[in-house]
Amino acid sequence: MAIWLRRSRSLAHYLKAEIGFWKVPNQRSFLNPCFFNPEKSSSTTLTGENYGNPPSFLGNSPTLFGSRRFESIKSGREELDLEDENGGHQNQAMDFPGGRISFTSEMKFISESPRERIPCYRVLDDDGLPIMHSSFVEVSKEAALKMFSNMVTLETMDTILYEAQRQGRISFYLTSIGEEAINIATAAALTPHDVVLPQYREPGVLLWRGFTLQEFSNQCFGNKADYGKGRQMPIHYGSNKHNYFTVSSTIATQIPQAVGAAYSLKMDKKDACVVTYFGDGGTSEGDFHAGLNFAAVMEAPVVYICRNNGWAISTPVSQQFRSDGVVVKGKAYGIRSIRVDGNDALAVYSATLAAREMAITEQKPILIEMLTYRVGHHSTSDDSTKYRPVDEIEHWKTARNPISRFRKWVDKNGWWSDKDESELRANVRKQLLQAIQVAEKAEKPPISNLFTDVYESLPSNLCEQEELLRESIKRHPQDYPSDVPV
Amino acid sequence: MLGIVRRRIARGGVNASIVEQSLQKIRNQSLIYASRSYSSASKEMTVRDALNSALDEEMSADPKVFVMGEEVGEYQGAYKITKGLLDKYGPERVVDTPITEAGFAGIGVGAAYHGLRPVVEFMTFNFSMQAIDHIINSAAKSNYMSAGQISVPIVFRGPNGAAAGVGAQHSQCYAAWFGACPGLKVLAPYSSEDARGLLKAAIRDPDPVVFLENELLYGESFPVSAEVLDSSFCLPIGKAKIEREGKDVTITAFSKMVGYALKAAEILAKEGISAEVINLRSIRPLDRSTINASVRKTNRLVTVEEGFPQHGVGAEICASVVEESFEYLDAPVERIAGADVPMPYAANLERMAVPQIEDIVRAAKRACYRSVPLAATA
Repeated sequence: MAIWLRRSRSLAHYLKAEIGFWKVPNQRSFLNPCFFNPEKSSSTTLTGENYGNPPSFLGNSPTLFGSRRFESIKSGREELDLEDENGGHQNQAMDFPGGRISFTSEMKFISESPRERIPCYRVLDDDGLPIMHSSFVEVSKEAALKMFSNMVTLETMDTILYEAQRQGRISFYLTSIGEEAINIATAAALTPHDVVLPQYREPGVLLWRGFTLQEFSNQCFGNKADYGKGRQMPIHYGSNKHNYFTVSSTIATQIPQAVGAAYSLKMDKKDACVVTYFGDGGTSEGDFHAGLNFAAVMEAPVVYICRNNGWAISTPVSQQFRSDGVVVKGKAYGIRSIRVDGNDALAVYSATLAAREMAITEQKPILIEMLTYRVGHHSTSDDSTKYRPVDEIEHWKTARNPISRFRKWVDKNGWWSDKDESELRANVRKQLLQAIQVAEKAEKPPISNLFTDVYESLPSNLCEQEELLRESIKRHPQDYPSDVPV
Repeated sequence: MLGIVRRRIARGGVNASIVEQSLQKIRNQSLIYASRSYSSASKEMTVRDALNSALDEEMSADPKVFVMGEEVGEYQGAYKITKGLLDKYGPERVVDTPITEAGFAGIGVGAAYHGLRPVVEFMTFNFSMQAIDHIINSAAKSNYMSAGQISVPIVFRGPNGAAAGVGAQHSQCYAAWFGACPGLKVLAPYSSEDARGLLKAAIRDPDPVVFLENELLYGESFPVSAEVLDSSFCLPIGKAKIEREGKDVTITAFSKMVGYALKAAEILAKEGISAEVINLRSIRPLDRSTINASVRKTNRLVTVEEGFPQHGVGAEICASVVEESFEYLDAPVERIAGADVPMPYAANLERMAVPQIEDIVRAAKRACYRSVPLAATA
């Protein structure tokens, strides 16, 4: 019977459906051994095929949400003597919970560090020239210039607002200098319907989606026009209409939250995914592991983008983890992953576009590790020259700058000139200084904003407190600044 | 008697029928009081069934409601609260999770951010500490921090407080911790009516709600009126219930301690002290007006809770009464709480670490200036 089966796989396929429980030779093929009633077969086999299930985005049966439960499992006592096509015997294999595993009589530990690290996908070399035979998505002149000018705008905004903090005009700021390609090129690859859960070093995504310099400044100054109603520190932007969830200071909490949001998209069968960002440091948080593991199990359409910029405040990656970066962690959770040169705008764009497509059509999470460098200090509360060499910073600021690299490519295509450059920079600078002036002079939020939004509707105790506060202000006006609205 | 019953319950409810019978004998007396509140108390329902039916009805009414937690699906729920829901609604609405409280609490919060209405079950609230950042920093604060752009209509539910013989890491009461946080609503049902009405209110509420159940109450039966059984039944959040009216001393309690307080009130009645028992139902917002109105009537207050004494619910009630009704107090406020130790396991030690009916009776007497030798108080 075994010989008969070897010769006719398709027949065995048919027989399997008819006969039910069936054992077939374990080839590297679609003919996976069926340990369960094939109608109810719902496990993902070791070779990765989701055997027996329709693609999860089709249909609305309970299997929509992917491999769920085992109906039954043959106990581990069963052994199988497998024959390959030539009649030779393979290593024996056995069922364990989780699938079939083949044995080896060689005791071999998997090395903790690979001989070769996972290579990094890049399209443009350091001089902005496309690498021969590189595969990437073509970008039109319009799109390229939009990307480029957004990168320049982001850099300018960061530089000027950082200075504003230094001058004491805002209390805090955090730059994305060095990571402009990640910010803008990932945003360019998404649609406005894709939901973004940022960490805090991705204002470029909001910039790309249309948040204005005035809106950024309003949040930093916490004035009346701030969408956040003056509730949070600077750089904690958020905008429902741009599908950009409000920045929350806690690290990595957005990782499992992204899975939840993706679950909602999945239930609604939307043609959109969730994109969430975090740094190398964030991958140490428990939430990273819980979130990625869960995303794979739930088959959630999330694109995870890790900005591996080498530093978590003063902690270098060598002290953050001992794995080959973050990309290898995806495999551990059963998540398809890629490592990308984060300072190469075209590579970032292509990889994000592809990842998004996979996440939505296959309804599964994808992990992208973007390698880059945090040129700026962690924030205005940090002086990174204290823990890393100044020439290292300089090197990444100049020779490895993502903006100048992209500029070189844009120039070579004849799409940009020095004149365009200086005009753009002058323009953005002027707009920004104007926006800051306006934001600084604008009124602060009214007192009622202290009490609203704690709950959906104002509870009676807060109502009372507000009244008491107003009374107090009336009775002691000298203790209350006169230029702040009540 | 109760001690024996509790030991039996500790064995995983296997001898449920014996427990039911024993409890019935104790219940029979309080049944009379319970039935006073209902015009036609024809049917009885366990708290477990009350919760299950509430979940079922809310899931049926709103397709955005879904349940998530460890063992909620195939296993029918660690305490069988979600029994039958997987079969009825399928795996996309009853989600079994890997063992990661931080993971599934975060996922629930994210789903709520995007418009779903998750009901997240913690196997006990002791495990909620592994997810507490998501509950407080994300769920509770997001509406405020985002200036109303992100609302979080999520319910975190599960058993809270001491069970029987489960030791220190399975017995803590979290009412005071969660009750301190602005942005959260915190509910603690006692009877089946409470369980149904408050859970429905919690699921319908647009704000994050922490719903503190009690494992030992799951199997207890309470009479329920037709109104309670109706699928539109809902209790208001933030209103306490006066379970028993009285005029000499006010006893506030929540969850399991309500039952103890009622029994204590009976004992006190025999000694001529008429106790008013308030079932708080809502820890946050606390129904200060009902509590204060009661204290202004009786002039004496005893607060009862199972949790640790320092910074507890009773401390807040005492402060509230002192702030608003000081002139009405005829005696210092008495505060009954669990012992200030991690919960021990041995049954005799456990009994000493949790308030008993006698403690409540003695405290009420002290508040009423009936002489009780102080040295003997536990």
